[in-house]
Amino acid sequence: MIYFIWGSIVIVMLSMILVIYRLIKGPNPSDRVVALDSIGVSLMALIGMFSIMVDTSFYLDIILLLAILSFIGTVAFSKFIEKGDIIERDSSR
Amino acid sequence: MKVTKLKTNDLILQFTAKIVFFIIFFFSIHIFFAGHYTPGGGFVGGLLTSSAIVLLVIAFDLKTVRKILPINYMYMTATGLILALATAAFPIFVGKPFFTHFFDYFNLPLFGKTSLHTAALFDLGVFLVVVGVTMTIIQTIGEDE
Repeated sequence: MIYFIWGSIVIVMLSMILVIYRLIKGPNPSDRVVALDSIGVSLMALIGMFSIMVDTSFYLDIILLLAILSFIGTVAFSKFIEKGDIIERDSSR
Repeated sequence: MKVTKLKTNDLILQFTAKIVFFIIFFFSIHIFFAGHYTPGGGFVGGLLTSSAIVLLVIAFDLKTVRKILPINYMYMTATGLILALATAAFPIFVGKPFFTHFFDYFNLPLFGKTSLHTAALFDLGVFLVVVGVTMTIIQTIGEDE
C-alpha cells in the first residue's frame, strides 16, 4: 500500500513539473492561468495522498482552503484577462 | 487598458459568487471555532472571510459591496485590537500573569457539556483585525482610478 502511494506521489510530482514548464514557457496568459490552476489541483492531490500516508485527517481542511484560494485566484486572473481591471468601482457606468 | 467599453454580462460569475460566498463564510466560521485543538484559528478564519468578501468584490463592484456590507473596516480593526488587548490584559487586574486564560465547563442547551475559554475572545479580536486590515488594503488598492 505504501509503495502504491509513493508511486502516485511521484507521478503527480512529474505532472507538476510538466505543468510548471508550461507556466514558465506558456505563449499567452491564458495558458499560464490554466497551468496555475492545475498546479493547485496537483497540490491538493499531493496533500490528500500525504494525508493518507501519515494517517491523519488534519490536512483535509487545508485541501478545502487551497481549493477556495485557487478558485478565487483563477477568477481574478480570468477577469484581468477579460476586462483589464480586477476590482472596479462602479460597473453600471 | 481601458480600451473597450463593452458591457459584459457576468451572469454565471455573479450567480456563483452569491452561493460560494456563504460556503466560504461558513467554512471560515468552522475554521475559527476549530482553532483550539485542531489546525485553524482566528488568523486563517479572518483571511477566509476576507477572501469571501473579495470574491463578492470581484464578481460585483466596490459600490455594490459597500451597499450590501456597510462596514467601516478601520473601526472593525480598532474593535478587534481593543478586544484582543482587553482580553489579554484582564488577568492583570485579578492578580494573574499577563495572557493567562480561564476556562470552565458549562451545560449549554444544544451542545451539552462544553468548555468555554477566554482564549476564544482573543481569537475573535485577531479575526476582526485580520478582516479589517485585509479589506482596508484591498479597498485602498481597488479605489484608485
